[in-house]
Amino acid sequence: MDRLSVSLCGIELTNPVIPASGTFGYGHEMAELYDINCLGAIALKGTTLKPRFGNPTPRIAEAPAGMLNAVGLQNPGVDAVIAEELPRLQKVFHKPVIANVSGFSVEEYAEVCRRLDDQPQVGWLEVNISCPNVHGGGMSFGTDPAAAAAVTSAVKAVTKKPVIVKLSPNVTDIVSIAKACEGAGADALSLINTVMALRIDLKTRRPILTNITGGLSGPAVFPLALRMVWQVSRAVRIPVIGLGGVSSAEDVLEMMLAGAAAVQVGAANLRDPFACPKIIQALPAALDRLGADDIRELIGGAHG
Amino acid sequence: MKQAVFTLTENEALTSRFSLLRLQGDCSAIHTPGQFVSLSLPGFFLRRPFSVCDWDEQSFSLIVEQVGKGTELLRTLPAGTKLDVLTGLGKGFDLSRAGDAPLLVGGGSGVSPLLGLARRLLEQGCSPRVILGFPGREDLILLDELFRLGIAPTVTTDDGSFGIRGRVTEAMDLPHSFFYACGPAPMLRAVCEKSPVSGQISLDARMGCGFGACMGCTIPTAAGPKRVCKDGPVFDKEDMLWTD
Repeated sequence: MDRLSVSLCGIELTNPVIPASGTFGYGHEMAELYDINCLGAIALKGTTLKPRFGNPTPRIAEAPAGMLNAVGLQNPGVDAVIAEELPRLQKVFHKPVIANVSGFSVEEYAEVCRRLDDQPQVGWLEVNISCPNVHGGGMSFGTDPAAAAAVTSAVKAVTKKPVIVKLSPNVTDIVSIAKACEGAGADALSLINTVMALRIDLKTRRPILTNITGGLSGPAVFPLALRMVWQVSRAVRIPVIGLGGVSSAEDVLEMMLAGAAAVQVGAANLRDPFACPKIIQALPAALDRLGADDIRELIGGAHG
Repeated sequence: MKQAVFTLTENEALTSRFSLLRLQGDCSAIHTPGQFVSLSLPGFFLRRPFSVCDWDEQSFSLIVEQVGKGTELLRTLPAGTKLDVLTGLGKGFDLSRAGDAPLLVGGGSGVSPLLGLARRLLEQGCSPRVILGFPGREDLILLDELFRLGIAPTVTTDDGSFGIRGRVTEAMDLPHSFFYACGPAPMLRAVCEKSPVSGQISLDARMGCGFGACMGCTIPTAAGPKRVCKDGPVFDKEDMLWTD
């Protein structure tokens, strides 16, 4: 194994860097810019049972050291993802991908996962119970331990693939949600999704986003994400994927020291489309500066 | 699309609201008028997208309208400032549809891409007519540059302080083979409704990434959901739904 490689639920990644869902589409736009096979994996755009337009624009607002989005799960629906997006991606990306799944009922989550279960390029299912930008679904499953467990076990019942549950930071006690998902059979956890936030336009005196609130991401949330990765990784035995504001090789190493087995890069891709390859390229030198031979020796290292 | 460091060589305030900026660097990714660039500004997380006004191999120009803190900073940057720029973004105007006598209609900062468009339409042998709309005479921009191309634009002002009083549509009665328009959405809609022929419009949007990854700027169209940054910013008149 290379010094950057990590293992996630029994699947080896050549490095721990994974573009986060919603910041990389289904891969084609980025594949026009660079060879995306340098990535550890890709977390695909959140997919629902039926096609969704998402929220009306404006969907984007700026923040100090970050941004708010209220895209609202725009996607072509799982059948179009299977028929069109995955075959297109397969031509330019030759590693397993993380299919990100969203829903508005336990049954919908399970049905989307069931349809994705026999897709050979899907290595993992990432169950998004933490989207803050849709109503009556998404985050409402991720803010209650019993609901989080119900989605997790329903999905586990219909798939042989490893199930990653993506957690919301918009809770009082993320550890209780994490433990509920682990107890229901989750194979891994990813955290954090965006932080519910607001911006107001001074000229109009109204919220900038049509959805009123949006999810904050970017460097602004990095220390918050790091704290939650630390707390959750102490409390569960399954692997944790750390994300939230990761923008540099040093951020990746900090996330892994906090307990992350792999790391997703989100908003940084939108500011710089080459963020992921730049981070991957900088990792060996960053490891050298720490005197570390192998990136895996850092995982959870800060816990002492 | 290309990412490169550009050097600001000119930053001239044209009016109280508009500045003309020129940036020097590798412009090989810019192919068509109507495409845009996205500038990374110190202290701001999101890039700022701007339609290319005109360009050659070594430099491009932009019209920057002051709308917020980012554009306020941009208007004060001195020549010599280095900026990280994504160039060649989006789908520009389709020049093959121009016909003999296309009409170019611009409003406010939306006049920007019409300069590069007019130059290339002249090069391909057609005779573009240009209508520009502004709030008042103190807001006029790019008239001299169009005169230098041999084009005498028709100007409308809201307050009648220069040219024809009223909206750009007041000046649209002459026949034209096709139209290209850029400006505020209500103007674009009025132009589409007034013109009896086909045309293309360039839309403005609040963008996240500018290259199609985030779905931050999606609009509904007759051809399904489209990203302004990647599927546009230029759209066919026939595809617009005008939901606002």
